[in-house]
Amino acid sequence: MSKPVVATTSLAGCFGCHMSFLDIDDRILELIELVEFNKSPINDIKKFTKKCDIGLIEGGCCNSENVHVLKDFREHCKILVSLGECAIMGGLPAMRNGIPISECLAEAYLNGPTVSMNEERILPNDPELPILTDKVYPCHEVVKIDYFLPGCPPSADLIWLTLVALITGDELQLPYEVVKFD
Amino acid sequence: MKTAVRKITERYGKDKTRLMDILIDTQTELGCIPREATLQIAEDLVMSEVDVDQTISFYHFFSQKPTGRYKIYLNNSVVANIMGMKEVVRTFQKELGIKFNEVTPDGLAGLYETSCIGMNDQEPAAIINNRIFTRLTPFRVKEMVRDMKEGKDIDDMFVADYGDGQNRSDLIKSVVSNNIRKIGPVLERNYKPGQAIEKIINMDPGDIIEEIKKSNIRGRGGAGFPTGLKWEFCRNAPGEKKYILCNADEGEPGTFKDRVILTELARLLFEGMVIAGYAVGATEGILYIRYEYKYLQQYLESILQTARETNYLGKNIQGRKGFDFDIRIQSGAGAYVCGEESALIESAEGKRGEPRDRPPFPVEKGYLDMPTVVNNVETLCAVVKVILNGGDWYKSFGTVESTGTKVLSISGDCKFPGVYEVEWGFSVNDILDMVGAAKEDVQAVQVGGPSGALISPDEFNRILGYEDLATGGSLIILSNERDILTDVVLNFTEFFIEESCGSCSTCRIVPTLLRNKLMKILNARGVKQDIDDMLEWGKILRASRCGLGQTAANPILSSLKNFRHLYEDKIQKNKEFDSGFDLNAALKEASKATGRVTII
Repeated sequence: MSKPVVATTSLAGCFGCHMSFLDIDDRILELIELVEFNKSPINDIKKFTKKCDIGLIEGGCCNSENVHVLKDFREHCKILVSLGECAIMGGLPAMRNGIPISECLAEAYLNGPTVSMNEERILPNDPELPILTDKVYPCHEVVKIDYFLPGCPPSADLIWLTLVALITGDELQLPYEVVKFD
Repeated sequence: MKTAVRKITERYGKDKTRLMDILIDTQTELGCIPREATLQIAEDLVMSEVDVDQTISFYHFFSQKPTGRYKIYLNNSVVANIMGMKEVVRTFQKELGIKFNEVTPDGLAGLYETSCIGMNDQEPAAIINNRIFTRLTPFRVKEMVRDMKEGKDIDDMFVADYGDGQNRSDLIKSVVSNNIRKIGPVLERNYKPGQAIEKIINMDPGDIIEEIKKSNIRGRGGAGFPTGLKWEFCRNAPGEKKYILCNADEGEPGTFKDRVILTELARLLFEGMVIAGYAVGATEGILYIRYEYKYLQQYLESILQTARETNYLGKNIQGRKGFDFDIRIQSGAGAYVCGEESALIESAEGKRGEPRDRPPFPVEKGYLDMPTVVNNVETLCAVVKVILNGGDWYKSFGTVESTGTKVLSISGDCKFPGVYEVEWGFSVNDILDMVGAAKEDVQAVQVGGPSGALISPDEFNRILGYEDLATGGSLIILSNERDILTDVVLNFTEFFIEESCGSCSTCRIVPTLLRNKLMKILNARGVKQDIDDMLEWGKILRASRCGLGQTAANPILSSLKNFRHLYEDKIQKNKEFDSGFDLNAALKEASKATGRVTII
């Protein structure tokens, strides 16, 4: 039987959840025995090459590209997991949600105290750039999410236990140490 | 400006607990409360600027920016909309060239939305510079805007005759109508002021409480706490001073009976407060009246003055040595939650109207931390009749569990909206007949305002009473042409979002989530899961501190219970999941700001 396939991505996040993932340390050797990785920054595969079993999503959606990537994940993965505060709630990037995006852009590129160049007073508009969404959306407000792993970041142990449970089909055991956050 | 503000703070003895009055006077005098005034108030009252600021920002009718020489507040309640408010709004916006929350560039007029102003029987209505304008039409709006542009005095802008009864008196001069359609023991015409006071001065306070207990009268605000028991608790609570607060912050959309009582029977109410004061041993009473009824204040002050001059208020009332009681009027400044008794107390103390944790209850620690009775206007009026006629007489009205009568505020789709005093135990069917509603055309009745229940015709045989449909007295009748979900449920849910004090996270957040779910269903993106979510999430609100939060999901929960098919008709049957996310809409603003075309 072929190994389960895992994909991961970081949307509007800080890669902290991925760093926490790497904190499983030498268990990563065990992991690659258990699963095969497809699209992920860990192996630098940029495009899906096949259907996957598990997709881990770090970060919420702050622009059009995030939304496209997330929808792509939903299409390719049987199970999608929101990994960490930003994916679940929007997190730190969502602090802008109370301010209209046009005001955010004006502050950042036109009127802010640190704006010194930009003499033509241009807001970044290159067609290559993703367009910002009006607010930062948690992943489940865009596509269906199957599981949520809380934490900022979720601890390596929590990620490890979850992956093992999803792969083996055993019930997930969550000791207190794994889900306490202070 | 400084001297003007100084004068105001001195008028109230630089007393922090009178901050509400100070702010109201400042706003009236300066048109708004600018930062300079805030700083001056803070200095005079020895408070920090933020402490003053947090009270200002809490109340709807305070503004820190100029609001125009004519401040126009338009009621956005369900019945206002039914009666044609949308056209009125459009006309105001067109004639003045501004949208809501804007002021015309020349500072002439500012346009604002406000929650129900207690005029449901004569909508569409507006408050302009504290004067009430009722039954507006687009034509009338054009006239009014023309008058404003000519700089007419607000009192010269009325074209209709003044309303009935005391609305015509020199101190009110208002076009508001009472619309009293049915009178009973409380609203009856033969009331002679002072008789009950003359009777109680020869009674023992304990006996008064016994009589009230015997009558089994319960609070008329909606919660229905036994009045006699409340008084007894307060009487027995230790405290060097005790207070009687009358709750005239009638904010439940659809309710307006207290406005009519205040207009026609203020003496009755004040007499009830004096009786309460005598019974519990209080020497001071406060009538907390909502800002929307400010047009009555001068008149009410004059009634108090008459009572003082004839010694029905003041020291040694009617010759009874040591029986001192006086009443002051405290105006609110626009906040529904201040109708909750502990929030009302906070507000009367000059603070944000945030409900307190209970216990301790107000009867133990209320106004200024002293034992306090908070009673509804109608309760205090009924008490006078109990004293005059006895508890047994009172019990002869109504049902066993709900004794006496209830003054109802009835509005919506019926021939005779207005105020009706009926015995408890009337069925909804009886009421529909009484008010001239075309029964075959009634789709639903909202009983008890947004926090109450939306009932369907198969429940019209239910009766009004604490044992069945407990209500503060508001009934809104909705005909078949009304869209229940958009016209009613959405409006009510937005009302709760607007009026949440924000103290409990449940009430601050969940109603918004519920509104979003409802919008999703209305936008044809809903799935069955959304209905299940609403039912589940609505329960979370029970954890809120006060009645506002606890009932904020009622419009949705109650309509889901009785009108579930309306929701089910709108959801997608073939889909299990739909996030409702619309990328095009999400990218619209940034695309516009950066001048880009959205290509998805």
